[in-house]
Amino acid sequence: MVEVTLWAGLVPLADDQKTVTVEAETIRELLRKLGERYPALSGPIKDQVAVVIDGVVYRNDWSQRIPEGAEVFLMRRLAGG
Amino acid sequence: MSFDAGYQSHKFKSVGTRPLRPDGVDKVTGRARYGADFNMPGQLVARVLRSPHAHARIVRIDTAKAEALKGVKAVVTAADLPDLTNGDGALFAILDNCMARTKAMYDGHAVAAVAAIDENVAKAALKLIEVEYELLPHVVDVDAAMQADAPVLNDTIFTTGVDPKPETPSNIANRSEFGHGDVDAGFAAADFIVERSYKTEQTHQGYIEPHACVANCNSDGSADLWVCTQGHFVYRQNCADLLGLEVSKLRVTSSEIGGGFGGKTHVWTEPVALALSRKAGRPVKLVMSREEVFRASGPTSATSIDVKIGARKDGKITGAMATLRYTSGPYPDMWAELGAMTSFACYDLENVKTVGFEVVVNRPKVAAYRAPSAPMAAFAVESAMDELAHKIGVNAVDLRVMNAASEGTKSSYGPVYGPIGIGPTLEAAQSHPHMSAPLGKNQGRGMACGFWFNFGGQTCSDLNVNADGTVGLAVGTVDVGGSRASLSLIAAEELGIDYQDIKAVIADTATLGYNDMTDGSRGTFSSSMATISAARNAIDVMRARAALMWDIPVDDIYWEEGHAKAAGSKYGNLSPLSVKEIAAESGNTGGPIAGHSEMIADGAGVSFGTHICDVEVDPETGSTRIVRYTVIQDAGKAVHPSYVEGQYQGGAAQGIGWALNEEYVYGDDGRLQNPGFLDYRIPVCSDLPMIDTQILEIPNPNHPYGVRGVGETPIVPPLAAIANAVSNAVGVRMSHIPMSPPRILAALNDAAKG
Repeated sequence: MVEVTLWAGLVPLADDQKTVTVEAETIRELLRKLGERYPALSGPIKDQVAVVIDGVVYRNDWSQRIPEGAEVFLMRRLAGG
Repeated sequence: MSFDAGYQSHKFKSVGTRPLRPDGVDKVTGRARYGADFNMPGQLVARVLRSPHAHARIVRIDTAKAEALKGVKAVVTAADLPDLTNGDGALFAILDNCMARTKAMYDGHAVAAVAAIDENVAKAALKLIEVEYELLPHVVDVDAAMQADAPVLNDTIFTTGVDPKPETPSNIANRSEFGHGDVDAGFAAADFIVERSYKTEQTHQGYIEPHACVANCNSDGSADLWVCTQGHFVYRQNCADLLGLEVSKLRVTSSEIGGGFGGKTHVWTEPVALALSRKAGRPVKLVMSREEVFRASGPTSATSIDVKIGARKDGKITGAMATLRYTSGPYPDMWAELGAMTSFACYDLENVKTVGFEVVVNRPKVAAYRAPSAPMAAFAVESAMDELAHKIGVNAVDLRVMNAASEGTKSSYGPVYGPIGIGPTLEAAQSHPHMSAPLGKNQGRGMACGFWFNFGGQTCSDLNVNADGTVGLAVGTVDVGGSRASLSLIAAEELGIDYQDIKAVIADTATLGYNDMTDGSRGTFSSSMATISAARNAIDVMRARAALMWDIPVDDIYWEEGHAKAAGSKYGNLSPLSVKEIAAESGNTGGPIAGHSEMIADGAGVSFGTHICDVEVDPETGSTRIVRYTVIQDAGKAVHPSYVEGQYQGGAAQGIGWALNEEYVYGDDGRLQNPGFLDYRIPVCSDLPMIDTQILEIPNPNHPYGVRGVGETPIVPPLAAIANAVSNAVGVRMSHIPMSPPRILAALNDAAKG
């Protein structure tokens, strides 16, 4: 099981849950299940989300495996210069 | 295809050396072709009509007289760029910024454009366009825009991130919050508290090359765009979306780039040039003047920031809080949120809270500027850290070392850090000779830390082994700082051949798969990973070709030092085959030899730096001179150390300008008063000392060679390091950037009055 923390802007779209527990082995599975459980999250998941696993930011690599016990955050996709 | 991006220790031959860059000679001899250097037969010249008002409703535009002028081939307004954005707010902001639709939102906002046979005709035509404006009240200051009685720019903006949802529109587009613990309890436990408000003024990236492009729409629906950009694939997508073009029919070629720093990460005039070309049926060149670059491209935010930090007598911080207000121009974005995320990221804090307010104002649309939003937040926090060190009576570096984040620290923006490099940069600063060098009269020393998120992204490259054994490398990330040299070194390292035998080019959008742009410090990080992968794929092909040449199983062939070698003693008589020998036979062993790579290069890892600065302030004029400057930063592995140092020095140089002089100055009428390099003063060589650098190499575990992005972090600490140095030199805390001579004199006079 993965406990994922949502950024504040997503909380109202997930029944006001700040953290959500999901059975997922990869980022792709995590995001799919989050979207199924909270359809309002589907929009942001499509193009606004980056996923942080144990402190490392993943913007695109949805095949990345989520280790057991990893700390997982959803963060807004960042702009860079 | 699988690619192991994990770090493996290497003994490097090419990586870490300093050969000349392949584009260097062309650049210093004037042969390199930038955005404005491309021309096509029958090309027209475009000019843009811009609003002279900070905020105005466009009642009517009459282009008839301009269209009737001899030599005018097309005139476009927003009517020629219909809204195809389908509810995508970010894309609509880009569209509306390219050409105002119902309102001009800032001084310089485009309202119409002309394509004519020459510049004189185009300029004359602009004067014939009649625009009727209904002037609206404007606001340019971030704090003023947040007031309840401020003129509201957009009555569809209701602050998000607050509960309950507001019932009236305002200029505060979003409130974001980060942190953990209980800051009130943290401040209650503090022996010392520092609390201060800071301001930073709006600055421009100051790239030397203005935005420039040549657009050509053909009658069959295909189009070409030659353009100065940080990301030609992104520009292709922007233009295709905004003009309703098929992506495959728009070919975008990136020119050499005379600086971008985040300012060339989305389109500004390119859709207008394409719309003009589509209407005129001829190629159109559109080049911004310097005045237009200042008035109508994307500077960074102006900010207003409050910081409160409390600590025990021993220096341990017990609570930290920041409220950050950032301008975003007329269109909401995430600039304040980035400031709120980065402000305390250097530190291990039990109780921390940051709140960001995104504020729309009648200024140009804000664009990314090198570690966007982080320098202003660092200025405020690192200034307060210095003041706290003085108050407690501890050394400024020691205070930071004592509170520095490390592996396992819960960051102020949420996640727990893995292995990070702030500690080593601080320790390097502690022991650096610069920290203990004597200071002269009117001189002061300051230091500061900085943080930035680096990122990777979608990346694609092709590596072709030519028949003579030389290698062509095609990459899709625009070279903004010497990456063709760095990537050639990477290819040489993997293949085991000479750097001189590699020719790297930036491929256009029709000849290579999609690449994200060069931003987020990702150019060398991402494309080096793709280059390593492509080279390894090419080596697999060459091993197979060697197997055919020798007529032995490919599994018995390994690659070493640029040669295919037969394993074991049974092939003892076989001399190793070089790349040249294998390539020479390629026509008879299966045809051309190539390696291709498409990947997501993720796992860039966060980045930290520490800067030390000495200044001398003239107490009579308030003028500040940078006496000595040192940048310390972790590069993971410096592929081409000279260009890593160049990034460090460039970031510091831009930060010096930002800290001391650069500033958008608006009149009461909301018009920009200083849209030119004479009145908007960026540093020149004579303003700068040689900037010293120290490269730390702590391998990135998520890159085969340990490489980290280095481009953005160097601009994060300078504002604070210089402010601390100036404050220490004059004995007055400077809390408003830029610290221009009048501002320093005013602070000195105020202090003298008590």
